[in-house]
Amino acid sequence: MASLAAGKRLKSAVCTTEIMVIAAPDGDVNLCCGGTPMSDGDGNGAALDPDFADGTAIGKRYVNEDGSLEVLCVKAGEGSLAVGADALAVKDAKKLPKTD
Amino acid sequence: MNTMMLLEMAAGGFGHRVAFTDPADGSSITYQELYDAAGAAAHEIRASGASRVAMLDVSNLAVPVALFASGWAGVPYVPINYRLTAEEIDALLGRVQPAYLITDDERLTSLAGRAGLEARSRSSFLAMARSGGDSHEQRSMDPDDVGVLLFTSGTTGVPKAAVLRHKHLVSYILSSVEFMSADEHEAALVCVPPYHVAGIASTLSSVYSGRRVVQLANFSADAWIETARREHISTAFVVPTMLSRIVAALEGERTAGMAHLQSLSYGGGKMPLAVIEKAMALFPETDFTNAYGLTETSSTITVLGPDAHRAAAAAEDDAGRRRLVSVGIPLPGIEIEIRDDEGGVLPTGERGEIYVRGEQVSGEYEDRGSTVDANGWFPTRDAGFKDDDGYLFLDGRADDVIVRGGENMSPGEIEDVLVAHEAVADAAVVGVPSEEWGEAVAGVVVAKSGVAANAALVAELQGWVKSHMRSSRVPERLEFSDELPYNETGKLLRRVVKARLLEPETNVRASYPLLYVEDIERSLAFYCDQLGFTLTERWDPNGRLAWCSLTMEGAQIMLQSAEPEDLTGLNKGNSDVALFFLCADVDSLYEKFRNRGADIAAPTEAFYGMRQLTVDDPDGRRICFEHPIARKK
Repeated sequence: MASLAAGKRLKSAVCTTEIMVIAAPDGDVNLCCGGTPMSDGDGNGAALDPDFADGTAIGKRYVNEDGSLEVLCVKAGEGSLAVGADALAVKDAKKLPKTD
Repeated sequence: MNTMMLLEMAAGGFGHRVAFTDPADGSSITYQELYDAAGAAAHEIRASGASRVAMLDVSNLAVPVALFASGWAGVPYVPINYRLTAEEIDALLGRVQPAYLITDDERLTSLAGRAGLEARSRSSFLAMARSGGDSHEQRSMDPDDVGVLLFTSGTTGVPKAAVLRHKHLVSYILSSVEFMSADEHEAALVCVPPYHVAGIASTLSSVYSGRRVVQLANFSADAWIETARREHISTAFVVPTMLSRIVAALEGERTAGMAHLQSLSYGGGKMPLAVIEKAMALFPETDFTNAYGLTETSSTITVLGPDAHRAAAAAEDDAGRRRLVSVGIPLPGIEIEIRDDEGGVLPTGERGEIYVRGEQVSGEYEDRGSTVDANGWFPTRDAGFKDDDGYLFLDGRADDVIVRGGENMSPGEIEDVLVAHEAVADAAVVGVPSEEWGEAVAGVVVAKSGVAANAALVAELQGWVKSHMRSSRVPERLEFSDELPYNETGKLLRRVVKARLLEPETNVRASYPLLYVEDIERSLAFYCDQLGFTLTERWDPNGRLAWCSLTMEGAQIMLQSAEPEDLTGLNKGNSDVALFFLCADVDSLYEKFRNRGADIAAPTEAFYGMRQLTVDDPDGRRICFEHPIARKK
């Protein structure tokens, strides 16, 4: 478990997923992927938990229920994201005009 | 957080797509190749020990490679304006060394051996980067690392370097672009130069959205139109001056015939209503977006989107139509406030300085620190107001900087040059609205006593400015006055100067009279040199002027060389063809004529309520300029 600052990059311990933190609440957050806590190091050989195996998609943003945590998937993988046992949801894409 | 992460995602998500095309030599690079090249270049940049990566070149494939490589290497990227003079470039290079510099072959020769520079030609840099193997260089993800330094156009003489950190640039992209939102066939035409914040922003947003970028190194309307058609461009960004020229080049065509152009965004200066209206008619299938932003805000902060454009264009009322010249509403995550001189927030509709807050806002300059206040608000120095629905309208600069064709210039610098001329006692320079440039440079000059303030002096002063500054600084209009308006603390009231320059001088009242004149060359000199008419048409059968047409502020007259028999009776002196011109202020006109060397009597008041200035032309004909007495302040 670790405190998360915007800009921090974390890897999944069980699949190829990588994320960057966009916003995080104060204090420690137990951000997991595939059922195992994420870290900035390499995998620890843990197995993918079938309850957290819906996969991540590159470029999608994921948020917790109250929106205090938002992460960007920068590399896709087989695991899915959660804080502890609470799964993160995909944030809807915005419709924006092209500006430049 | 690092801009390099955006390219890493692009290479991971759609590495096979073409990322950049340079039509100048037909070369292209895919996202995966761009990623690999950036890695190899990052390795060499780190090995060089440079503190900056400097780019002194037009758009080409080396530009995105260097931008991302610098992010990867953790060395700030500094694009330099290649249009500056050799001395100005030299001064900037002195501020960024030790630097790893990428430039064109010609400049490389002239910079060879200079201390503090590890210089590469565009082609050798690209060859090195594209032949590099897999790179496993580490890179920083510290959001506070400096990503880009951009020299602003220098309103105080010495250009300031705006600091954009990786967190600002990445925040801008994440809040304004959806990853891989472009389909494979979309292409963006980028014609803004690499040293402009819009050039940085368009590179980053195209990469994140997965659009192919077609680089246009040197803008001309014909090249833009030709390239857009040939490359089936789907999206493009232009500054208002460019759009004005594109519209002019399409003159006479019913539409531009570019159904493939889905979106055209513009920004960087005030867009004249006439230009955007013509553009919307010429590109009926295209979505228009007005993007307002600054270097210090990592580009765009407000947008007037396609739906707002269409609604405004279709509006019946003036207020609705006026929204076409609005810069729209803030991007998500951006807040805007309008404040007065004391920092108080102003209500809707009132003009004041525009303040902005958001994660993409830097507001920081190298060696000067941050101009952002404790609550995160950045003073833009732009002036404007919001309407009832929160649409932002720009209204000049809070500090009177002139923005001509997207280029910021300080009136003070131009005034300093004018005052250095031996004939000039004082000078004021302001920006006045221009269809072509957004703003044009205009000035009022107080001539030293004994100096003839005439058209020849105007030409002399324009030449003087041109020989001392870039040609964009040359005042297109110069008027003479006996004194300039100052407030009690000695501050020049530029707004008053501007208002005076914008007042219509004359309006036609008796239009298009034909005047028979004894000596047409003498009369022509009188009307043009002393009264300020412009020659619009002339007829010279047998090599001699027989007839000509003149205008001034909408008033039009014709002069015809008279046969001796015409100079009798009615036509002699045309005494009953009284030429009356309505004008804003006969007293200032009187000064102007006197400055041009006319020997005339002071204005008088007529019993029927008009203040009048009369001038006799060389044939003894009387010309009268007038305004109602009640109108005079």
